[in-house]
Amino acid sequence: MSTPLHTEPDRAARQGEREFLLDVRTQDMEVNMGPQHPATHGVMRILVRADGEVCTGAQPHLGYLHRCAEKIGENVEWLQYLPYTDRYDYLAAMNNNLGYSMAVEKLMGIEIPRRALMIRTICAELNRIGSHLIAFGTYGLDIGAFTPFLYMFREREWMMALFEKICGARLTYSYIRIGGVFNDAPPGWLSEVERFCDVFEEKWQEYVDLLMVNHIFVQRTANIGVIPPAMALDFGLTGPMLRGSGIDFDLRRDMPYELYAEIWKAGAFQIPLGKGERGQLGDCWDRSYVRVMEMIESIKIVRWCLGAIEPGPVIADIPKTLRVPNGEAYVGIENPRGELGHYVVSDGGKVAIRCRVRGPSFTNLAVLEELMPGALIADAIAIIGSTDIVVGETDR
Amino acid sequence: MLASATGVAAGETGGNAVDTFLAGVKPEFVPAWAVPLTAIAIGVGIAIALVSVVAMFSVWLERKVAGHIQCRYGPMRVGWHGWLQPIADGVKLLLKEDLVPLGADRVLYVLAPSIVLASVLAAMAAYPLAPGFYFADVDLGIFFILAMTSTTTIGVVMAGWSSNSKWSLYGSMREAAQVIAYEIPLGISLLVPIMVAGSFDLIEVSRDQAGFFGLNWYIWPWVNPFMLPAFVLFFIAILAETKRAPFDLPEAESELVAGFMTEYSGIRWSFFFMEEYAAMFLYSAVGAFFFFGGFESPLTWGAAKAFGDHSVAYQAAAATTLIVKSFAGVFLMMWLRWTLPRVRIDQVMTLGYKYLTPLSLLCVLGAGLWEVFLAPHLSWRNG
Repeated sequence: MSTPLHTEPDRAARQGEREFLLDVRTQDMEVNMGPQHPATHGVMRILVRADGEVCTGAQPHLGYLHRCAEKIGENVEWLQYLPYTDRYDYLAAMNNNLGYSMAVEKLMGIEIPRRALMIRTICAELNRIGSHLIAFGTYGLDIGAFTPFLYMFREREWMMALFEKICGARLTYSYIRIGGVFNDAPPGWLSEVERFCDVFEEKWQEYVDLLMVNHIFVQRTANIGVIPPAMALDFGLTGPMLRGSGIDFDLRRDMPYELYAEIWKAGAFQIPLGKGERGQLGDCWDRSYVRVMEMIESIKIVRWCLGAIEPGPVIADIPKTLRVPNGEAYVGIENPRGELGHYVVSDGGKVAIRCRVRGPSFTNLAVLEELMPGALIADAIAIIGSTDIVVGETDR
Repeated sequence: MLASATGVAAGETGGNAVDTFLAGVKPEFVPAWAVPLTAIAIGVGIAIALVSVVAMFSVWLERKVAGHIQCRYGPMRVGWHGWLQPIADGVKLLLKEDLVPLGADRVLYVLAPSIVLASVLAAMAAYPLAPGFYFADVDLGIFFILAMTSTTTIGVVMAGWSSNSKWSLYGSMREAAQVIAYEIPLGISLLVPIMVAGSFDLIEVSRDQAGFFGLNWYIWPWVNPFMLPAFVLFFIAILAETKRAPFDLPEAESELVAGFMTEYSGIRWSFFFMEEYAAMFLYSAVGAFFFFGGFESPLTWGAAKAFGDHSVAYQAAAATTLIVKSFAGVFLMMWLRWTLPRVRIDQVMTLGYKYLTPLSLLCVLGAGLWEVFLAPHLSWRNG
């Protein structure tokens, strides 16, 4: 177990909450949670040390899904790497495509047609909704509520059908390309997206009523896995994990890319923050709250794009085989899980000489070790679920 | 309130309906002691068949209920709307390899599912199918059922301990803690209808609730206003007793993989399932007996008026009524399972010890005072 980064009294205070369970000490037990465990969301293994039902420590072990994604990026051509980006955060493949494409575009200095930017934004936000649906749905599943999960799958299914119509794939899209998007939206697609937005807003209320404010759900998640704002900064958390702790930081607004500066200026969306409404600031409930609210904000962004989209080309004029100018570029975008950074270095050839990915799940996972001591086994599940990791991305 | 305690169809020998029937048709060469033995064999056969059929139907019902709650159909392929699915599953489970994990305590591991199933089968013995059709006329029927169903805990703890798996151990420890916490409010909340009825005998309690269109059911506030809270406490307690959501901590699939039955497979695993559904049915039947009139319903009332108390039609109406009421309870439990998240172990304990137990005691106190001071003066209670 590593040394805690934040202050000792803090940790003692958190353990104090469970004092009533710690008065009878028995021999600690080491339990392997994973790699095949329903709550680890993939093949992650967490070595939990437990005193009865109380965790005294936890250590995540990664690498079961390691596929050398970064190394592959240094061995295939620029455009060929795009499908590999789909596969690290497979729940938000559009966002991954976007991040990588933007890094290469920055290096090449390509100007993207406005319609392509619009479609990219729509796709990225729709995928954010889909990803948050999975995050919140499986979180409900971790807490023991099976049905909301399937309700959310119902809407996600429509989202995937929309993507299938625009690019033919349901999970690994490779739709957002270097220079724009692969092809224009088919006729009627945009109006179907609008219909999706209408229906989704209605269904969203269902999730809130059924799960978000459910008494048992609140009891299970409020005051559990509290990340104080200072600790969130210490661990370099991003995305809903950071905003759940009340820190107002969103790359879409603070380091705007694509059209987000314009959308923010138009006042089309807000950044939801955890407020400690049902418990302490930065608990599991706050993180879920941020995700749930972000879905609605994404719908607003999609609506803004639908209102502003105009006909035009959807991809810049780029050659089949890219030769990227000498240099390096880092682009961080707001993935559903936090900052997804792509750092690419080119020596002017057909292949990158360095292709580095900064995955939000991987960084956010670090805090797990810190949150677990003092939590019950059931809380441990709630904490793992609230970090919303995608193992494909932590391991890459 | 006390009616005579003899079973309707019970013969002079004091045996049950099967006994009486067999005694009548016994050939000369069969010794007299063979009659009760045969009756017992038949009774055991019926109990096993009943448990299996209830479990199979409940499994099908659960999958259908879950499916329809979750915007899907559930099983549809095997038979009409998948009604043969449990049979197909049963065949599959029977044909599966019987695995015992390395390092498991073999004797306990093999014994545990049998104990679990046997205890619920034993409880079934005190469960009357109809006013004149039961296996054993136990005066303390409800005590016997409660005692037998709590024996399943021993099997569950054995299963968890012998599996040589940490998840199983967690599951069984949770089960032990949970059952001990909820036996108390379960038993105490049942005292309220028992006080009103003045009897522990299920058939007796049911007969006491007979009346025009179910207006004498104990659940009604004019019988005793403490009955409704007692029922709510009883229902929460049986959810915990049968390990159903939101109290499904012993098997909590997202936390403990499958809890105490993680290592089980094939037919042994299905024993746990059969026990769970049979226990749900049985507890719902107990709820029906003590709160919702037991055999009594407009249907039974009509059958009794038209054909008389001793007719087959009346017995059939009573059996149907009870089965419908029991499955209504089972349905309610399924509905809750597919709606609610799971509570945490300390919350389960808090709810059990800090809220349900004192509340159930208060209910008993209130109901007792009502029975002593008010009930004798209520005209409809003494009609």
